[in-house]
Amino acid sequence: MQSGQETGAAGSGRELLTFTLGAEEYAIDILKVQEIRGYDAVTSIANTAEFIKGVINLRGSIVPIVDMRIKFKLGRVSYDETTVVIILNVANRVVGMVVDGVSDVLTLKAEQIKPAPEFGAGMDTRYLQGLGTVDERMLILVDIEKLMTSREMELVEAAESAA
Amino acid sequence: MSIDMSQFYQVFFDEAAEHLASMESLLLAFDPDAPDADQLNAIFRAAHSIKGGSGTFGFTDLADVTHILETLLDRVRKNEIALTRGMVDVFLRAGDVLRGMLDAHRNGAVADEAASIEIRATLERLANNPGGIPAAEGAHPLAAKTHTSVRNVYRIRFANSPGIFPDRLHLANLLDDLGNLGKIENKIITDDAVDLLLTAYASEADLREIFSFFLKPEQFAISVQETISGNAAGQSYGLFDESYPARADGEGYGFFVEPGAIKPGMENAQGYGFFEEPVSRTQPPPRLDARHDDVPGRRAADRVSAVTGSDTSIRVSVGKVDAMINLVGELVITQSMLAEIVSSMDPVLHEQLINGLAQLERNTRDLQDSVMSVRMMPISLVFNRFQRVVRDSAGKLNKKVQLKIIGESTELDKGLIEKISDPLTHLVRNSLDHGIEHPEERVARGKDPQGTITLRAAHQGGNIVIEVSDDGAGLNRERILATARENGISVSDGMSDEDVWKLIYAPGFTTAIAITDVSGRGVGMDVVKRNIEGIGGRVDVTSRQGKGSTVAIRLPLTLAILDGLSVAVGGQIYIIPLGFILESFRPGAGDINEISGQGKLIQVRGEYLPMIALHKVFNIKPRVSDPTEGMLVLLETEGRKVALFVDELVGQHQVVIKSLETNYRKVDGVSGATIMGDGRVAMIMDVSSLVKLSQRPMPQHGD
Repeated sequence: MQSGQETGAAGSGRELLTFTLGAEEYAIDILKVQEIRGYDAVTSIANTAEFIKGVINLRGSIVPIVDMRIKFKLGRVSYDETTVVIILNVANRVVGMVVDGVSDVLTLKAEQIKPAPEFGAGMDTRYLQGLGTVDERMLILVDIEKLMTSREMELVEAAESAA
Repeated sequence: MSIDMSQFYQVFFDEAAEHLASMESLLLAFDPDAPDADQLNAIFRAAHSIKGGSGTFGFTDLADVTHILETLLDRVRKNEIALTRGMVDVFLRAGDVLRGMLDAHRNGAVADEAASIEIRATLERLANNPGGIPAAEGAHPLAAKTHTSVRNVYRIRFANSPGIFPDRLHLANLLDDLGNLGKIENKIITDDAVDLLLTAYASEADLREIFSFFLKPEQFAISVQETISGNAAGQSYGLFDESYPARADGEGYGFFVEPGAIKPGMENAQGYGFFEEPVSRTQPPPRLDARHDDVPGRRAADRVSAVTGSDTSIRVSVGKVDAMINLVGELVITQSMLAEIVSSMDPVLHEQLINGLAQLERNTRDLQDSVMSVRMMPISLVFNRFQRVVRDSAGKLNKKVQLKIIGESTELDKGLIEKISDPLTHLVRNSLDHGIEHPEERVARGKDPQGTITLRAAHQGGNIVIEVSDDGAGLNRERILATARENGISVSDGMSDEDVWKLIYAPGFTTAIAITDVSGRGVGMDVVKRNIEGIGGRVDVTSRQGKGSTVAIRLPLTLAILDGLSVAVGGQIYIIPLGFILESFRPGAGDINEISGQGKLIQVRGEYLPMIALHKVFNIKPRVSDPTEGMLVLLETEGRKVALFVDELVGQHQVVIKSLETNYRKVDGVSGATIMGDGRVAMIMDVSSLVKLSQRPMPQHGD
């Protein structure tokens, strides 16, 4: 969180992609986003956590898909043609995450970002970079790289063996 | 001047490394007691080629060493001095120094100058005093006989034209070669001919050989003017000793030139420039260099191929080959995608399309096979370097050891070859140090005083098996058990041999009484095991007291492609590598026996095998839960057989292995993934770990 907050505070503005999980609106650094696609043809992996839906073939590479709605118990879990997967490029890995919906891309100035208080959002405050306000909306800024490489996401071997 | 030589460096490095390797293997094969002129010539040519290349590219340090080496070799092949075992050792060491320099240049580092100076000094000592190698190095001087040969004064005339010698470099080169043989006098160089007198021990045939590098037979004439019979060895010796240094100054022979004096040329890769100065004599430039190929064209090319032993080949970067393999993999996937679409079409209406696709499938498969074979290399690449390891280490340990190599033409993936080299080195050194006994000890046990280490490679199903065996003492069960107790490993005397041998894989485990230069620090077997398992292989040790031990390494043939059987469980497709499959069948109700709390056993031709239900291991809801309605696939792994229960068999495919770990992590029971014809991902089963997984208590959910 510390490093993320510094970059957030230092830059004149950050471009963010916002998405919704249940009633909450989250924002992540747009540079971490590779593409957005539909949910399709996921091959499940045996004996993994429920939120790891499996892997897909993304133009020849095998990419794991996590469902953030299951992981953070937010929103209604269903899979149809409107289900959205954000393909992220974090820590030299490609990972897909299922969210309720993608809202928009916007730029947040440093003064629009406030430190995150301890609060009961779905995500642990360790992975939050702060809260942003745009008009009447409150955005939860997530350090997506830190979250995706964390032990609790069970996506990375090193974090796994450190457990 | 303005040519950027650095673009050719890589080619030079590769070639020089090849020449070094061939020189080394030739030296190792060389028997000083029965010198073979062809071998000597080949060794000489290898050294000569390295010298030529390094001179051209401005690597003067390399050129300096090879120059002295070449000079010595040249005298050896002319029978001026005899090659002794001691000299072979020195030459081998020189090869090592050269390799070190080459690596340093390749990595842009600074070469070890001390080693270079030392080896140059040793070589020069040899040159001046061929018999005077310290006895400790195993010299047995056979020299002298060469000095009884006769000296001839040759009158040599040959044509000189720009067509033959494009620049004076070439001519200087030839004259240098002649200078190496003896004394040149009355040299007259005109624009169309060269006339000179040469006093040398060399035979006329030798001279003709040199000339044929440069000229057509009709372009030169050699005649014997005078024959000086070397009436006494003393006399010729005397002449030798005198003329040698004299030549160094007079003919610019050059190995006494201070290395510093010729340094400036190489600093900024402008080695080219320094050749155009008259000092080029200090560095006789190459005659096998590419620029010369047009001169005696074919002859030179023949010689190069004789040195490297390869016929026609091109150098391609591994990256390019891998890109090609990946593309072919994608092609295979696309092809099977098309095949799947077509399979639902009416064969009558679309006959031509279907035929065309069948043709495409064959072509794709052939293409894939040939592309994969590009990456396949003979294992001799690794095996052959052990000749040297064994020779050197046996000498150090005062043991007599011969290395037997069997199946060195067995091919396996280049990536694997690189990765097994270190583990194999460990194993061979272990055998040398701990396995093979000292000659006296062997004689006392009624064995041949010379021990044998055997390296064997063979294909076995979808695997390649590499064995390192020795006929030494074998593993010492008591000592291993005792050491294990000292190290706090719980053992019992009743353990099976197999379990005892497994103890040697424990980190830091060594039973060697003394740590030697060769091995015994206890960092061996655990590293070997880890490395081999890291590339999907297995290590097995067998040993018999007093008879020797064998370490067998089992590896997959390739890391990229696999023949597999696809099976369905629930809605999922899994790929089972074909190498593990013995057969598959649908069991009858009578074949299944249930043992309470132990699961099910399947009776197959009188054998009772445990049944593993894939859906239970992977927690999937199956479509069939009764084995008599599904299929059993009989698998064999690590000497054990199990029956795997799946819903149904889908088909046999060649699949491209994709790593799960690139973007995800390792999954138990799964060795990788692949992309099926319909674009979906299917998991490739890791049979050994699946069997282990099935022996663990199952999680309670699922069926």
